[in-house]
Amino acid sequence: MGWMIFITVISKRMEIVNNLSDRIRKLKDSSFIRSIRSALSVGERPAYEYHSGTPGPFAVMIKKEISDHIRSWRFIILFVIIILACLGSVLSGLQGFSNAVKAAGRDEESFFFLRLFTASDETLPSFFVFISFLGPLLGIAMGFDAINMEENKGTMSRIMSHPIHRDNIIIAKFVAAIAVLSVMFFFLGFITIGLGIITIGIPPTPQEFLRIMSFIILSILYVSFWLSLSIFFSVRFRQPATSALSGIAVWLFLTVFYSIIVSVIAKAAAPSEMASTQQVMKYQQVIVGLFRILPSELYSDATTTLLVPTVRSLSPLTPEKIYGAIPNASLPLGQSILIVWPQITGLIAATIICFVISYVTFMKREIRSR
Amino acid sequence: MDSSVIEFTDLTKKYGSFTAVDRLNLSIKEGEIFGLLGPNGAGKSTTILMMLGLTEPTFGSVTVCGINSTTNPVDVKKKAGYLPEDVGFYDDYTGFENLMYSARLNSIPENEAKEKVTYLLDRVGLSDQSTKKAGKYSRGMRQRLGLADVLIKSPEVIILDEPTLGIDPKGVNEFLDLIVRLSREEKNTVLLSSHHLHQVQKICDRVGLFVGGKLIALGDIKTLSQQLFSHEPFIIEAGVDSSLKGLGADRPFQHLAEDLESQIRTIQGVVSVVRDNDLFRITASDDITGDIAKAIVGSGLQLKSLSRKEYGLDDIYNRYFEENGNSK
Repeated sequence: MGWMIFITVISKRMEIVNNLSDRIRKLKDSSFIRSIRSALSVGERPAYEYHSGTPGPFAVMIKKEISDHIRSWRFIILFVIIILACLGSVLSGLQGFSNAVKAAGRDEESFFFLRLFTASDETLPSFFVFISFLGPLLGIAMGFDAINMEENKGTMSRIMSHPIHRDNIIIAKFVAAIAVLSVMFFFLGFITIGLGIITIGIPPTPQEFLRIMSFIILSILYVSFWLSLSIFFSVRFRQPATSALSGIAVWLFLTVFYSIIVSVIAKAAAPSEMASTQQVMKYQQVIVGLFRILPSELYSDATTTLLVPTVRSLSPLTPEKIYGAIPNASLPLGQSILIVWPQITGLIAATIICFVISYVTFMKREIRSR
Repeated sequence: MDSSVIEFTDLTKKYGSFTAVDRLNLSIKEGEIFGLLGPNGAGKSTTILMMLGLTEPTFGSVTVCGINSTTNPVDVKKKAGYLPEDVGFYDDYTGFENLMYSARLNSIPENEAKEKVTYLLDRVGLSDQSTKKAGKYSRGMRQRLGLADVLIKSPEVIILDEPTLGIDPKGVNEFLDLIVRLSREEKNTVLLSSHHLHQVQKICDRVGLFVGGKLIALGDIKTLSQQLFSHEPFIIEAGVDSSLKGLGADRPFQHLAEDLESQIRTIQGVVSVVRDNDLFRITASDDITGDIAKAIVGSGLQLKSLSRKEYGLDDIYNRYFEENGNSK
């Protein structure tokens, strides 16, 4: 029954996505498929690639964007900060780690390797908390001036006068930033795994490895959301300072003020002690639902489930649900992913929505020189 | 031979209730250098943007080399090069790298691109600056680099939006010469927009006068001023000395000047006389500078200056607005 509902929900979402992509394809100048094809250099070559063997313009733009990101001081500084923060948390987590391992004993079910990412020794927050805190900053920093900087410098109208599709620009910006982010996160993940292997001396099990990989992909997804939000601001606002500030404002609001507002609401709406279990349940669900609007909440829900295999539900547990469950039993990876599937789709949907809005705004935009 | 390369048909662009371009009909022939002249905000840039598909017309269409710019912008952009007003480059790339990027965007193979970029940098006179970061280029250098950027795809049509804006007079001449030379060599069609008549009248085969979104006159400069000033093609400005020093005049200056004014009016060919104290502004149908000089000297006043003015764009604009005001 649950599966049926799940499938209908998914297929409805697919329909919406299909409709959207149809509409986008109908937009003038669109070339999503063609440009991707040309980037990958497979299938039929687009008509504008008149010299065979040379990369298409889309691939050229992605290449340029990537090299711009890697060379920019902004990215280097953020990269160093994130590396230091994450390594710091991993190293501090490793203090006293060996004792914990000895206590737990080497057991397939203990997943102590995953604790590298969740462990903390009170002084520093753990790896994934750092990423949920610094990731938005990274995403905002990489996207806030993507479009408006080119407009202000007068390069946009010049580049657009070359035979390229208009959407190539915005897609290249997005794809290049995600590529750089992915490399960075995989780098971070592998460095941490390596450090773990060196200090503990035990390699991760395949399942642990897969869980770490899905955690990394999830982190990329989370930062992509902030990236597409800040690209949206860069399309919307002419001044890079304005778009950077709006990005940071949204981030601050969601991390600090939103949870304050929700807790105020929670206090005001708290059911009396006499309330029935149903009422308490409903109240709990509403509050949790309010929190789950937050991308950071979605991210931390998903990461905890992926990195702590014993988490079996993200909603309040009733005695009926626990009845018959094996205490402390860990779930297989597939089941863990199933639990956080709504969170993952939520993040993907939020990213796509932001990107689609900025895409449509940009496609309708008139490109003036400075 | 006389096939038209750029064709505007009822092209209209509206921003809300404001009409930027109003039913523009125009065709530009192959190999022609066409100047689109008009004051700021006349809709020149908007017209150019529509030619490249950078903005959509509200109504009507524009074709470049027979290709519709709105539905097929990429094919148009393969044939037409566009130098935007105040062109920008990536500041932390050198001039060479900036052009190489453009060459790659045009899918020119790497080796060919290197040769072409080197050649073009030499043509626009930037070969010794090619390793300098584009952020350190001066305005004129940026403009020349922009021209090289346009030429990299070997365009059939070159579109230049206010190419002379912000360059010093010497630079303007050099730049315009460069455009003419390069386009004549390649037999390109050039469309350039400007609000400086004097700068572009030398190089344009034909100009179109664009005011308030409408094309009000079309032709070469001579026909244009004849069209608009058929009755009074000459303006003569004469200044007299109002101090009357060393003349021993028995009457005050005002009286003498009034007498002179009425005397000038009687000269054959004079259309109007406007006096601003000691300055006479005379419009005439013939070149009567000599007669006026004679009249002034004869009146007993001292002639300080006498000049025949040529009509510039300003006069043409003024004339246009005058006529518009009258017709209302």
